[in-house]
Amino acid sequence: MTTSPVAEDREVFRASFERFAARRADPDAPWLARLRTAAMARFVEKGFPTTREEAWRKTSVARIARTAFKPAEGGVSGAEALAGLGLTGFHGPQIVFVNGRWSAELSTPGAALPGLEVRSLREVLARQPQRLEPLLNRVAGESGNVFADLNTAFVEDGAVVFVAPGAVLEEPVHLVYLSVTPEREPTVSFPRTVIVAGRGSEARLVESYGGKGGAVYLTNAVTEVVVEDGASLDHYKLQRESESAFHVATLAVRQERNARFTDHAISLGAALARNDIGVLFGGEGGEGTLLGLFLGDGERHLDTHTRIDHAVPHCASRELYKGILDGSARGVFDGLIVVRPGAQKTDAWQTNKNLLLSRQALVDSTPRLEILADDVKCKHGSTTGQLDPAALFYLRSRGIAEAAARALLTYAFASDLVQRIRVEPLRRAVEAYLQSRLPSALEIKEAFA
Amino acid sequence: MLEIKNLHAKVGDREILRGLDLSVGAGEVHAIMGPNGSGKSTLAHVLAGRPGYTVTVGSVLYKGKDLLALSPEDRAREGVFLAFQYPVEIPGVSNAYFLKAALNAIRKHRGLPELDAMDFLALVKEKAGVVEMDDALVKRPVNEGFSGGEKKRNEIFQMSVLEPTLAVLDETDSGLDIDALRIVANGVNQLRHPERSMLVVTHYQRLLNYIVPDFVHVLVEGRIVASGGKEMALRLEEKGYSWLEKEPAPASAGRP
Repeated sequence: MTTSPVAEDREVFRASFERFAARRADPDAPWLARLRTAAMARFVEKGFPTTREEAWRKTSVARIARTAFKPAEGGVSGAEALAGLGLTGFHGPQIVFVNGRWSAELSTPGAALPGLEVRSLREVLARQPQRLEPLLNRVAGESGNVFADLNTAFVEDGAVVFVAPGAVLEEPVHLVYLSVTPEREPTVSFPRTVIVAGRGSEARLVESYGGKGGAVYLTNAVTEVVVEDGASLDHYKLQRESESAFHVATLAVRQERNARFTDHAISLGAALARNDIGVLFGGEGGEGTLLGLFLGDGERHLDTHTRIDHAVPHCASRELYKGILDGSARGVFDGLIVVRPGAQKTDAWQTNKNLLLSRQALVDSTPRLEILADDVKCKHGSTTGQLDPAALFYLRSRGIAEAAARALLTYAFASDLVQRIRVEPLRRAVEAYLQSRLPSALEIKEAFA
Repeated sequence: MLEIKNLHAKVGDREILRGLDLSVGAGEVHAIMGPNGSGKSTLAHVLAGRPGYTVTVGSVLYKGKDLLALSPEDRAREGVFLAFQYPVEIPGVSNAYFLKAALNAIRKHRGLPELDAMDFLALVKEKAGVVEMDDALVKRPVNEGFSGGEKKRNEIFQMSVLEPTLAVLDETDSGLDIDALRIVANGVNQLRHPERSMLVVTHYQRLLNYIVPDFVHVLVEGRIVASGGKEMALRLEEKGYSWLEKEPAPASAGRP
């Protein structure tokens, strides 16, 4: 038995894991039990990352490691937290999870979408575990991320989404993960999402994360996506956790031949948030796009690490991340593009732009290219700055008040990413959020292009 | 309308305006000419209140008020308009909505009701016609991807919507071909009004063939060294500025 402080941090989860394993009424399928145990063993071995590790150099998770989280419990209503997300007007299925458990009360089937199968992970694991055996942790397992391991160890519920080959979904699928925690009792949930976009299918899917204000909780989420040959998937994630929450999420994507995948990551909430996004091109002709917008104020710390792996030739990746930081907020963007040997005709383009609205706000931007093939087109760039004084003066010289001009320019900075949101309820919610956060927003509401 | 007295102004640490006097009456069009670096654009920006342009000595009265005490937005609301030499591109903000926000800020300041979307669109359609501006440009983000001529037309379009009482045109002719120049000048001429004064800053006499000024002033090294009628512009075109640079500046120049 170890006695070092780090080991004690792990001990909380290890002990919790033993209780978790013991209370499972139906024994897990052997492959699942092995998967869990192995993941827990990796966590116990590695422990929480420290800032000595390259991938966590700019983000300390000491606050997470120090907190004695308890597993979030069921049987609470998430209605208030759901309303807090500000997302209304979805016509497709909306599947809501509260503290990691499917909520029959809040979920709505929505319009029937032929070719779509959305089920709770718990149910599929109980009744047809063999369907998940070739999927679960097969994409995320390679990430080497200890938080993903922790999620796998405790994997129990979440959403499984199958889009049938050739299906074209008219409406977006909406998955909502809410945390409702008691006062002064930190809790943790482990949402897991598995998405398979079948061959030649077309779909849009939104994951939203939120929680009831005030409470400390950790959302440790993992989403695994397989985009099969010729399929097209638009994936959105709205992170609007409560202001004192921790949000650590892994998105792992594998794109097969000629598959198209776009991720829109919109990070608005949480005290500390970390997104690890990995896209692997497993077949030629793939097109991957990673878009992200993060807005931080106060003491928020928002970190995104992306990794695009051009493992095969003839794939194109596009990446645009924008950060807006105010107060003493800190943003981290680390984007790695790997072009493996032989991945000729790779076309990769990556940009990170950040806007600092205060002197104390800070962004660390690290675009990285690792090119091991010789016939490729790769470009990356990063800019961080303040509002353009010339533009500010131009607006003021037309009679627009300084505060309104600042708000207008800040909004404009984000607007290309907002306009690319092809799910209307989500776009409206993000617009409304931006307007509520910008001073004098009401005055200029109509000026938003 | 505008009374500038002994104006000294710095841009950063450099003194550009060195005792400029100028008086502009209601409805008058004054041309400010001068060689490069003489302070023409500095004057235009000082009048509009650009941060970083510091007035060290002197006064500017506009409609009897201390113009220099006002913020840039309050100057605009009081009727001052600067047509920029280099209009700024603002991606993400639509031209039309930006202009609506500006117009309504000005109307509110003047105690007028704000225009609703319908009335505003009707107004925009009418005014865009004046400078032959394409509807598509009105809806596009402010100046983004506009050609040089389109940017200048957009300035005059904005001016016609905002209806200022003092319009300062900073090198509006620069970079325009003759057709664009004619369109822009035509737009400006349609805005001439007994209650609207204009200060036309230009390096070349060419623009003044189309916008015929009431007075022409020559600015050299931050001071007005000569003033005259419209014929003075022709003389400058013929002889250049050098004959003026050699003469000592008169003690006081301004409205003749």
